Amino acid sequence: MPLGPSLLVSAMLFTIGVVGVLLRRNAIVIFMCVELMLNAVNLTFVALSQRLGLEGQVFVFFVMTVAAAEAAVGLAIIIALYRHRDTLNLDSINLLRG
Amino acid sequence: MRDIVYYAAAIMAIAAALLCITRKSPIASALWLVYVLFNLSVLYVLLDAHFLAAVQVLVYAGAIMVLFLFVIMLLNIGRLGVSDVKGAGGKVIALVAGLVLLGELAALGSIELPARMGQPEGAVARMVEQQGAIQALATPLFQQYLVPFELTSVMLLAAVVGAVVLAKRKL
Repeated sequence: MPLGPSLLVSAMLFTIGVVGVLLRRNAIVIFMCVELMLNAVNLTFVALSQRLGLEGQVFVFFVMTVAAAEAAVGLAIIIALYRHRDTLNLDSINLLRG
Repeated sequence: MRDIVYYAAAIMAIAAALLCITRKSPIASALWLVYVLFNLSVLYVLLDAHFLAAVQVLVYAGAIMVLFLFVIMLLNIGRLGVSDVKGAGGKVIALVAGLVLLGELAALGSIELPARMGQPEGAVARMVEQQGAIQALATPLFQQYLVPFELTSVMLLAAVVGAVVLAKRKL
């Protein structure tokens, strides 16, 4: 398969993920947009691994493991946050903003 | 035929990603994200990464997204009354930032790739054909990248302990 279209799809998915993070207020939806960005980068790795060797696919393997760990810890944080604040709206979770 | 499947999966992935970030209900967003992940695994198959396509469905569409849906249903936020999408100002900022980012990535695309890449065209496909999809990936993973692989297991243990500590009401 050609390299160009894969990189284009990956760039578009990454951009959609960024727009989603900027557009939404719900913590869980923002978290899902971050997963979308991770997947876009994975697609870049797989596409480039066709020309640069299989190491790219090994990196995708590691990214998936890190994403799984990140999802587990992140969702635990969201549960703890919801228990304390009774909301997932990031506009009202502004303790560090002062 | 390959091209048709490839472009169909690519277009559906982008359309589903757009739906994912615009749906009001978090459940609908999560299910559209599952659809994106399935389409990406189709792209992985066409890009000669068969094992990663299987792992994508198992780990991402299976485990991670089930965890998301589980938390959404546990917190009972599946049906939000008001939309959490930001107002007009936020939409304009998000759109402008997205277009700028897409422009920057497109500018990156005009860079000439080095003429001599690591592998000739079709080399990975041939390697997968000779060694099998799993062995071709396992050889560098367990030889060259053995130490990172072992470190990953430590990270997973830390994540398990961290998740339990954070989510538990009282230790």
